[in-house]
Amino acid sequence: MTEPTPTAKLAAQGILARARWHPLEFVFWIAAFSAIWLLPNKHLILTEIAWLALFALSLDLILGYAGILSLGHAAFFGVGSYAAALLAKHGIITEPVLALVAAGLIAAVVGFATSFLMLRGADLTRLMVSLGVALVLRELANKFSDLTGGADGLQGVTMEPILGRFRFDMFGHNGFAYCLIVLFVLFLAARRLMASPFGLALLSVKGNPLRARAIGINVDARLVTIYTIAAFYAGVAGGLLAQTTAFSSLDVFSFDRSADLLLVLIIGGTGYLYGGLIGAVIFKVMQDYLAVLTPQYWPFWIGLVLVVLVMVGRDRMLRWTEPVRTLANRLDWRAKGQGQAS
Amino acid sequence: MTVALETTNLVKQFGGLTATDNVSIQFEAGARHALIGPNGAGKTTLINLLTGMLKPTSGRIILNGVDITDASPQRRVRLGMVRTFQINQLFPDLTPLETVGLAISERRGDGADFWRVAGTKPGLNQEIADILDRFRLADVMNAKTSILPYGKQRLLEIAVAIACKPKVLLLDEPAAGVPDEERHEILSSIAALPKDVTVVLIEHDMDIVFAFSERISVLVNGGVFTEGPAAEVARDPRVKAVYLGESLDA
Amino acid sequence: MLTILFDGIAYGMLLFVLACGLSVTLGLMNLVNLAHGAFAMAGGYVLVILVNNLGVPFWVSIICAFFVSAAIGFVMEKAFYVHVYRKPHLDQVLFTIGLVFMSVAAADFAMGSSQVFARIPQALQGQIHVFGIGMGRYRLLIIAICGALALGLQYVLVYTRFGSRLRAAVDDQRVARGLGINVGNIFALTFAFGSGLAGLGGALGTEILGLDPTFPLKYMIYFLIVVTVGGTSSITGPFLASLLLGIADVAGKYYVPKLGAFVIYTIMIVVLIWRPQGLFARAANK
Repeated sequence: MTEPTPTAKLAAQGILARARWHPLEFVFWIAAFSAIWLLPNKHLILTEIAWLALFALSLDLILGYAGILSLGHAAFFGVGSYAAALLAKHGIITEPVLALVAAGLIAAVVGFATSFLMLRGADLTRLMVSLGVALVLRELANKFSDLTGGADGLQGVTMEPILGRFRFDMFGHNGFAYCLIVLFVLFLAARRLMASPFGLALLSVKGNPLRARAIGINVDARLVTIYTIAAFYAGVAGGLLAQTTAFSSLDVFSFDRSADLLLVLIIGGTGYLYGGLIGAVIFKVMQDYLAVLTPQYWPFWIGLVLVVLVMVGRDRMLRWTEPVRTLANRLDWRAKGQGQAS
Repeated sequence: MTVALETTNLVKQFGGLTATDNVSIQFEAGARHALIGPNGAGKTTLINLLTGMLKPTSGRIILNGVDITDASPQRRVRLGMVRTFQINQLFPDLTPLETVGLAISERRGDGADFWRVAGTKPGLNQEIADILDRFRLADVMNAKTSILPYGKQRLLEIAVAIACKPKVLLLDEPAAGVPDEERHEILSSIAALPKDVTVVLIEHDMDIVFAFSERISVLVNGGVFTEGPAAEVARDPRVKAVYLGESLDA
Repeated sequence: MLTILFDGIAYGMLLFVLACGLSVTLGLMNLVNLAHGAFAMAGGYVLVILVNNLGVPFWVSIICAFFVSAAIGFVMEKAFYVHVYRKPHLDQVLFTIGLVFMSVAAADFAMGSSQVFARIPQALQGQIHVFGIGMGRYRLLIIAICGALALGLQYVLVYTRFGSRLRAAVDDQRVARGLGINVGNIFALTFAFGSGLAGLGGALGTEILGLDPTFPLKYMIYFLIVVTVGGTSSITGPFLASLLLGIADVAGKYYVPKLGAFVIYTIMIVVLIWRPQGLFARAANK
């Protein structure tokens, strides 16, 4: 082997930029985990934030990285939710972690099957198909009421302790730690995924599918894969909801849920993985505050946020996330500068 | 001489309009072959047919002995035929480094690898670096493609295609709109392509065409008007009439 | 049997009037307007307030519903929509979902969450029997009005000066501007007219569809089905799609009530996959 050229050394550094950890990321996760001990009386809402964050992360995988506009992402959330609840209720898989993986896999199967419907057509077609799939699943859950409990929801679910040791307590202490760990693990996987050639290929498909094909990328296969993975994530998120509340109902499939999810992700910003997580925190805190003020008119405020976001411009509204990104870039440049000097 | 790429009786109709009219053309291995013709002659349509961006109405396309008429665009790339675009088609969110790295990963069959971090395969970085150096992109390798100056984008447009290590390279007006100083870089990089690579060039600039090509096909109204060695075509008065005159006037 | 067909046609006609404005904004202006139902709801509430609370005659109220919704549409277009025509579809979706949520909450706040009905005149109630088929008078009226509107629309779009200007404006905005056509006004008027029709449909439909604050959400999918299945390249496509959807929905609810909306959603998905341009669209090479 010959000695790599200077450009090759720089390239070796630069191409790892997406994989490199930024200090703020450590801060973020340390803060998140310290909430286990620092905010014990907020664990119920933190649990909701954790599974919502995972759900939004799942949407980010397809919207932020692959450019697929979906208005029916609740479909997979719902499948995961019912799967987790049913597995526990009928004693098929009683250990929550295993059941959660199973719920995710079932959602992934549904995601894989419906992904082929999402390959064709423009934004509107995709939007309608995703919406239609969620509606069909909701109707199915409604019709098979013997299994799902129909409009009353699936009641009488009891959850076994996690790993046979940690019981879901009524204050949500163990539930939160559980959700947070699941979120963290799946986040790490997503982070890794997006720093891989596969992740780059997705970004290229989103940016320019024509050229992606012209350099030999099998665009359809990539989209099917990421859609399936995102369905797995959404299914796990739905499973977490079912496990922490020991309940599942038809509204897991609802349009509002898919629409709210878009808002969650958009508040935080798409395409850098943390958007869904940050968005979930903001959304839930806002909901907690506004819903107490005017529970009935809460949708009005969601609507207003959406309208203002678009009117002012998402880019401009999300400029507050820029410091994070520019700081990351600047650190990169410094690293490169040193590389050049040596 | 072996034929690298060949079409037989290729036809493409859009509704009532015939954009490609019974084109049978052969590109020999290692050829430097230019396709010229006035605007609307069907040059870009032909490229789109060859690369699978469009499906022909009838006719066949053979690449190195393989019938690829019905093959997907990505399969044709894997079989060694790569194109560039007249209007830059790049990935705005990726850096030149990532763009070239992606093309190389795809070619090596690592593109579906979703666990290994990009850039950790042995030898990859050196190959990326060589291409970046060759196309003078090393200094901007970590900048987002969307903010690069036009000339650099144009270089990247061709660098990506080269990164796919084509056996047949289709260049659609590679120097279009490029300022003079960078134009030279593009042309010299094309001239430096290995001899066994078949290069098909679509170009309006006759200086480039004659400097570069050994053989010229003239397309008019979707059909092959005439074809021959560059010097012969240049002397052909009919070609002057349909095309050269028009472009020299301009 | 024939009564079901008749009801289905009436329902379909109503859907057409409700959705055709959406078809125009989507097909011509490339705007994904999920909030279209909000304009229809506005028309419905205008009718209810005028007839029930103020005692305005039914006919006058119907016409008022059209103009009020059209006026709201015009203002909204000039104030907001005009800014999102050129934005990505994601922004259009976010923006119009936002409007839907706001309108739902606002209607709830102003009118209460329960379903409301308008008092329709005595003359329009009951059935008449023709050749043994029972036909509701009100539905007959709907068919007459909506049918006339469909014909009128077709005429306006194809034969009038406004229609040709609109088509020109859509085909190439720059050229249209060059020809001295005020593209902005054409779009605003078209949008307002589409909203007005939605309002008219909403007003006529209070009796059949029911009216409560969730109306824009509940029927959004139906409007979208009409537009996507019918295609957006003509008026006839959505018209046929509306009839089909109306008849299928009424017949489905009657014959296979257990399957509910399942059939319709499934058909929609199948059609979208099979013919992404819409079932009745010309094989356009857009």
